[in-house]
Amino acid sequence: MLVYVVKRIALMIPTLFGAAVLVFVLMRAIPGDACMLRMATGGGSIDPHVLEACHAELGTDQPMLVQFLAFMKGLLTLDFGKSQWSGRPIMHEVGLRFQLSLQVAIMATLTAILIAIPLGTISAVRQNTWIDYVVRSFSIAGVALPSFWLGILIILGILITSKALWGSPWMPPITYVPIWVDPVTNLSMLIWPALATGYRYSAVATRMTRSAMLEVLREDYVRTARAKGLFHKLIVRRHALRNALLPVVTVIGIEFAFLMGGLVVTEQVFNLNGLGKLFVESVQNHDYNMTQALVMMVVGIFAITNLAIDILYGWLDPRIRYR
Amino acid sequence: MDMRRWTPSLLALAALAIVPFASSQIEAQTPKRGGILKYVVPGEFPTMDGHRENTFALIHPLAPFYSVLIRVDPDNPNSGTYVCDLCTEMPEPADGGKTYTFKIRKGVKFHDGTGLTAKDVEASFQRIIFPPTGVLSSRVAQFTMVDSVTAPDDETLVFKLKYPSGAFIPALATPYNFIYSKAKLDADQHWYEKNVMGSGPFIFEEWQPGAFVKGKRNPDYYHPGKPYLDGYEAIIAKTQTLRVQAIRGDQAATEFRGIPPKARDDLVAALGKDITVQESDWNCVLILSPNHKAKPFDDPRVRRALSLALDRWQGSKDLSRISIVKAVGGIVFPGHPLAATKEELEQIAGYWPDINKSRAEAKRLLKEAGVPDLKFTLTNRSVDQPYTIVGTWMIDQWKQVGITVEQKVEADGPFYESLKAGKFEVGLEFNCQSVVNPLVDVSKFRPDAGDQYSQIEGKDLVKLHEAMNRTADVAEQRRLMRQYEKLILDEQANNFVTLWWYRIIAHRSYMKGWKITPSHYLNQDLSGVWIDK
Repeated sequence: MLVYVVKRIALMIPTLFGAAVLVFVLMRAIPGDACMLRMATGGGSIDPHVLEACHAELGTDQPMLVQFLAFMKGLLTLDFGKSQWSGRPIMHEVGLRFQLSLQVAIMATLTAILIAIPLGTISAVRQNTWIDYVVRSFSIAGVALPSFWLGILIILGILITSKALWGSPWMPPITYVPIWVDPVTNLSMLIWPALATGYRYSAVATRMTRSAMLEVLREDYVRTARAKGLFHKLIVRRHALRNALLPVVTVIGIEFAFLMGGLVVTEQVFNLNGLGKLFVESVQNHDYNMTQALVMMVVGIFAITNLAIDILYGWLDPRIRYR
Repeated sequence: MDMRRWTPSLLALAALAIVPFASSQIEAQTPKRGGILKYVVPGEFPTMDGHRENTFALIHPLAPFYSVLIRVDPDNPNSGTYVCDLCTEMPEPADGGKTYTFKIRKGVKFHDGTGLTAKDVEASFQRIIFPPTGVLSSRVAQFTMVDSVTAPDDETLVFKLKYPSGAFIPALATPYNFIYSKAKLDADQHWYEKNVMGSGPFIFEEWQPGAFVKGKRNPDYYHPGKPYLDGYEAIIAKTQTLRVQAIRGDQAATEFRGIPPKARDDLVAALGKDITVQESDWNCVLILSPNHKAKPFDDPRVRRALSLALDRWQGSKDLSRISIVKAVGGIVFPGHPLAATKEELEQIAGYWPDINKSRAEAKRLLKEAGVPDLKFTLTNRSVDQPYTIVGTWMIDQWKQVGITVEQKVEADGPFYESLKAGKFEVGLEFNCQSVVNPLVDVSKFRPDAGDQYSQIEGKDLVKLHEAMNRTADVAEQRRLMRQYEKLILDEQANNFVTLWWYRIIAHRSYMKGWKITPSHYLNQDLSGVWIDK
């Protein structure tokens, strides 16, 4: 097992290097630069000397190779330098957003698991009954509804309902407070995006759970368990569900990694100062250093999540062993 | 030039002309002390250095921390009058208008407790006007008339100009001209890029990048009794829908940039008397820029036809219902004494009162230029309000003279790269200024301006612009401005003004003491704002 883990970690190196080259080239292929943007979007005049000085300050006037080597050095030392937009250390900027994104990802994942596994299981066990049809419709709606749109509806719903109930509209807080500082404010802000994304996320997992359960429930060992006279609930919970969870774990794991950096629009709808928003803004601002750092971080999160999923497989299904 | 002699009459005219169209009465009440004002800001500053940056996203959260030398009158911000902030009285220019001596208030303290003197003001303006190597200042070009700035003692600041200029005082009143501590600058010229320490009405409390800026009341503020608020929280919220919902749900009292008419109507319908709306013409304008190096836009007849096809008078009525544009104007902010009157505008191609005659002329010019079925691409910013809305309107206008246009909408980076590299046929860009200072604002139309993308040539515009800036005679300035404008919009048909923006601010009715200005950069120190809950 240890050898397998070490091999997998070693295999991450070429993946990270490939991603690094790709993001470095792609960012510079986008027309425009941070200095021009900063000056032009203010609406005032642009002094060519100031523009030149700005390029020199950011190092974007350096040859590509010099810039790439600096990036590689930063990657190896885990010091990505400073944001070319704000001038602040990248690790500081990312750290601020990381805890929010992590909390939303965990809450959305828990929401998804709490919805998907019971519903998917019931849907499979009660196949082709009205319960199955309701669950399938619910999950198809979840796939079809974009989570940001659901988020807008949630906010509007809260505004309208609160006005109807208390006479003045209320909406969730729009500034983040860590959960250990003020749990009520924290949860009243983050519960809604977690629900909006968790529902969409659960829809895929529900369908996956249902399909896997249907397959497992037809296996010989389940029939044997029934023949032995085991209780139905025990068969489902202990023998069927555990084996059906393998593909579900994969989906949940990949979605979790995606949530860490991909909640771009939902973050904007709820004004969450998360990694997704930072990602988009850094691309828009032509902040090469920040974008490169974020891409490498997300690639790292995906690689680690995949490794964790593989290790989890072994625990869920003892037949799977890594050598 | 005697600024004091001409400024009051000029500005009195401006006061009459630039009247905000407040849809509700701003009542005169006795301000109450206390409370935290929350408001949303549609963007975020790159660095915290006002001397370096250009964006309102820096002014809205950070201006309350700083003092300035002079400013637009906060009690009458639409008058165009300038009053002292750190100085004791507006100076009488000497030496034929080439020397300005300011007396600096005594007893002003920075938030770290150190005293503020003329030396700090001098150091700040040295950094703005003559930035040391490695320091970026965005307003060097506004102060080309300044020869030197000195502080002979702790209470005196002297500006010596190379020539008298009507643009000097408005340039001094630019709200980005924060006064920094000389001691901090001497230690590190880049300190203010990442730190805040001023002498303004509020003391910096907390900043969370991407989220908010908080300030608390400065008990030692030098304007007696102010500020009224205990503090404020500027919340960064980049989505317009969310900002409007935040006002509706009372997570924020307002946003200070401006909202479209539909959002205003929604808020009024939802909140009734709990929302107050203030409106004003806005010192921002969309400019249509044909690329003079791209055929057939090298032909002035083709460029002129583009302007002649636009029915600005009707467009103003229609677009002001859905977008943040309204006033029809020339190159100068409408209503300013240096701006063209309606009669003068109607003499310029594209502003004729008879649109049928105008479009017939457009067709004739296109035919004469050999492009009766002209087709081109309009390069536009991917910003709805008002860029793509006005762009779409123009496409319909051009269609009526047989021009077919495809709108290419680009994100800011690629958009400005296209303009800068000359890789466009016709672009829709903007000019947005803080203090209404036409002599400086219209420099954009000069061929040598840093933000002139049309690749125009010729020295006549430069000569006219410099002549305008070097005369103290307002009538002469006005006469030269008309010539400059006629050349740009009509005879050479270099660039075209579409419609001027219109600023709508909806705020919770409990927020008092704030008055709208023609610029979203002005009157944002919040010292006069109070909460009546």
